[in-house]
Amino acid sequence: MSRQSVAKAHQKIQELAWEPLYHEPVSQYGTDYTFSKATKKDPLKQVLRSYFPMQEEKDSRVYGASDGAIRGNMFRQVQERWLEWQKLFLSIIPLPEISAARAMPLLFHNVPNPELHNGQAIQMIDEVRHSTIQQNLKRLYMNNYIDPAGFNSSLRNFQNDYCGTIGRQFAEGFITGDAITAASIYLTIVAETAFTNTLFVAMPAEAAANGDYLLPTVFHSVQSDESRHISNGYATLLMALADEGNHELLERDLRYAWWNNHRVVDAAIGTFIEYGTKDRRKDRESYAEMWRRWIYDDYYRSYLVPLEKYGLVIPHDLIEESWNQIWNKGYVHEVAQFFCTGWVANYWRMDPMTDKDFEWFEYKYPGWYSKYGAWWENYNRLSIPNGHNPIVFEDVDYAYPHRCWTCMVPCLVREDMVMADVDGQTRTYCHEACKWTDTVAFRPTFHGRETPSMGRLIGKREWETLYHGWNWADVVSDMGYVRDDGKTMVAQPHLNLDPKKMWTLDHLRRCPPLQSPNVLLNEMSKDEQKAFHADYTAHGPAGKAPVKA
Amino acid sequence: MTTAEQTTERSLPKPQFTDAEAGAKVFPDSTARNYNYFVPQKRRQTHYEDVTVEVQPDPRHYLAQGWIYGFSDGRGGYPLDWTALKAWGSDRPEPERFPGSGGKGYDWPAHGWHEFRDPNEEWELTLYKYNANVVRQLAANVDAARQTKAFEQWNPNWVSFVESHVGAWMHVEHGLGLYVFSNANRRGPTNMHNTAVAVNGMHRIRTAQDLALYNLTLSEEIEGFDGSAHLEAWNSDPAWQGVRRVAEQLTCVDDWAEAVFAVNVVFEPLIGELFRSHLVQQASPRNGDYVTPTVVGAGEHDYATRDLRYTIAMFEPLVNDKEFADHNKTTMDQWLSVWVPRCLEAARAMQPLWSQPDAKPPRFEDGLDRCKSRFTGILSDLGLETPKELAQ
Repeated sequence: MSRQSVAKAHQKIQELAWEPLYHEPVSQYGTDYTFSKATKKDPLKQVLRSYFPMQEEKDSRVYGASDGAIRGNMFRQVQERWLEWQKLFLSIIPLPEISAARAMPLLFHNVPNPELHNGQAIQMIDEVRHSTIQQNLKRLYMNNYIDPAGFNSSLRNFQNDYCGTIGRQFAEGFITGDAITAASIYLTIVAETAFTNTLFVAMPAEAAANGDYLLPTVFHSVQSDESRHISNGYATLLMALADEGNHELLERDLRYAWWNNHRVVDAAIGTFIEYGTKDRRKDRESYAEMWRRWIYDDYYRSYLVPLEKYGLVIPHDLIEESWNQIWNKGYVHEVAQFFCTGWVANYWRMDPMTDKDFEWFEYKYPGWYSKYGAWWENYNRLSIPNGHNPIVFEDVDYAYPHRCWTCMVPCLVREDMVMADVDGQTRTYCHEACKWTDTVAFRPTFHGRETPSMGRLIGKREWETLYHGWNWADVVSDMGYVRDDGKTMVAQPHLNLDPKKMWTLDHLRRCPPLQSPNVLLNEMSKDEQKAFHADYTAHGPAGKAPVKA
Repeated sequence: MTTAEQTTERSLPKPQFTDAEAGAKVFPDSTARNYNYFVPQKRRQTHYEDVTVEVQPDPRHYLAQGWIYGFSDGRGGYPLDWTALKAWGSDRPEPERFPGSGGKGYDWPAHGWHEFRDPNEEWELTLYKYNANVVRQLAANVDAARQTKAFEQWNPNWVSFVESHVGAWMHVEHGLGLYVFSNANRRGPTNMHNTAVAVNGMHRIRTAQDLALYNLTLSEEIEGFDGSAHLEAWNSDPAWQGVRRVAEQLTCVDDWAEAVFAVNVVFEPLIGELFRSHLVQQASPRNGDYVTPTVVGAGEHDYATRDLRYTIAMFEPLVNDKEFADHNKTTMDQWLSVWVPRCLEAARAMQPLWSQPDAKPPRFEDGLDRCKSRFTGILSDLGLETPKELAQ
């Protein structure tokens, strides 16, 4: 269809909407936002007559490339270091995608503008596309990559692994709680508009540099849909801004959504891009450089700041603090180090860093080696079983961290860890902002105002609690991270597939039992907790004990 | 002219031979190339199952830490009691988690809801191919009709019928597509349920748009064609107010399964097919119109061959559930006793439409009898009894 006929067709389909005359539709999702009937035009201008053939054409390109990759033996050039991290990423991402589809109905009755519902329905089916096309990519990896373990058990692993649980925030946050907080602010305004840039643009570029051109093929196709979703969010945001009473809620939700996305997405994607690559050209962008370009400049300065004049209170402090975490406090490096410390509890293989990697890190992040170098040398030394235990049990000057109750990433920047007694339990948080989310934002009142629709943080949020006191071999068996010989672990702290070099349940059987940091914390007296907190925050960077004077 | 240009090597990632392809080495799991966390419906797992099953987690089997975000009442995820129907295992409590509890739940699938598979095997590749083919064919049909001046053969009364009454049907499709089916995609217990109803929703929204754009073409091609007459018919024509009441009632249903059942088992055969198959499709050719049936027929095909098919596959196992068959039959019978009278009343209110075209379609009562017979057949496929209300 020509552009002119699309505009005319789009205008025509506006006649489809109708308001009920006889019965009020069921209201299944609440919001504390109010919308004056200030209408906003559907920014998508998408008509299904052109939409379906367009998507079919995009699919043809994606699946054509998939065939080409197999025929062209792409997997002879793929870096295992890279593909192994995709076992984590591709176990997580189909759920956020499908959750975005499931989130759209939250908006139908809460955004009183039928014109926008057309765009939301198209977003719904786009998200079905994304979820299944990503499951299909993973299936292709499973069938054609040297080591299928971890791909083949992907969705079970995702559901019972702590990394999967961290990733699930980026899904469950879309579909629960206040409808506007979830499906509009958290999903479209922050997750899609800001963080899909690193997820679906920056990361695929790194995949290509590691010999994998299928991930860019699939994810750039996905990202071409995201621009429409961003328009959906923008239209709803402008409607919300038109009502003065929403400004305080918008301020709350932007703070929560921004910080949570930073904690979760930067942890995962930062690790994949920095520690999953073999491309160590000095002029290739680091994650910090990408973040500065894609998120700080393109999103924060170009998208968010101009909205200030409409009354949007922007969390400048949290955005600057996120940069501070990434650039000065080594957030991504701390996370990668933790993932590798806890390799035994995961379902992919994690390659040690080499001298070439060290050189690149030192060049991109001056001072990196003095903080993290010794630990990575130990990781390398302890990677092949040789009478010692996995690194988490060995003395490598690394204190196992407590988990953040809110974002569930461990409290890795030790000096920032804070605690609170909430709902009869002592909880640890990675940062004051995460404590605020649990103790202030996700509550039935906010600054004295009733917020009955706001969601709740629920579930068993510390993974270690479930296995408190268990032997590690039993933990790994319980989760199912064992290969088909019944003893070799799926996860390995190296890429060597010689069975004699791989860790087994027998190696774990002799290790000390798993201890839940939170259970132990709650067994302490208040004085002991205070001393514990002082000691914890004196640690770091890189989990190191404080140097005694 | 030739110049000696100084060339500098561009900075590019260097391809490396890694030999990381399947089969390059033998080691534990080196041949384990199937998703191993679910049991396929048939002997081999299908492509559809691979991309759909287990994407939506369940705390009853693998989701060890439970749902982590909830609504204000503390409930998260996809509560099974969002429908009154139950599949075997539904009443078992979620596994309790506490210090040292471990993370294992019930063995997969934990309950019968996970056994549903969409017989249409819809995922993104199939849904885009199917719908792209439909819209391409429709555009070609309408374009061919325009070029051959086919609309000139319509008699004036038929023009008026199409502008008002074929036009009015677009509102039914749009409302049910958005506020019943798309809405239900947040509420089903598994990814297979929610994906099937989302695809159903897109069928209906697409059909609504097909009709609207057809209406736009007719406005451009037929002099005096009133492109807004459908609005008046939908808003105030007494023949449509019964259908509108039922369509609105369908958007009021909280129970997702009841809403899907009421539309696809009751509303569609008694109202949808009555209007489309027994009025529009029959009257069109007699009034010189061979184009409208191709547009309306696309929506008819969606329902008859795809949406009804998954609906039967979704509800029939619940009627025969090993633990809750009686409960489910009783529930569905109650739904029938509510929705059959409503739909019959709305169907009868449409009767005046049968007398409007110059060349008349078969009698309304004959059409309704056929629809009742079709409806009874659907109930038989589901294993349900014909409700007494059908005799009304």
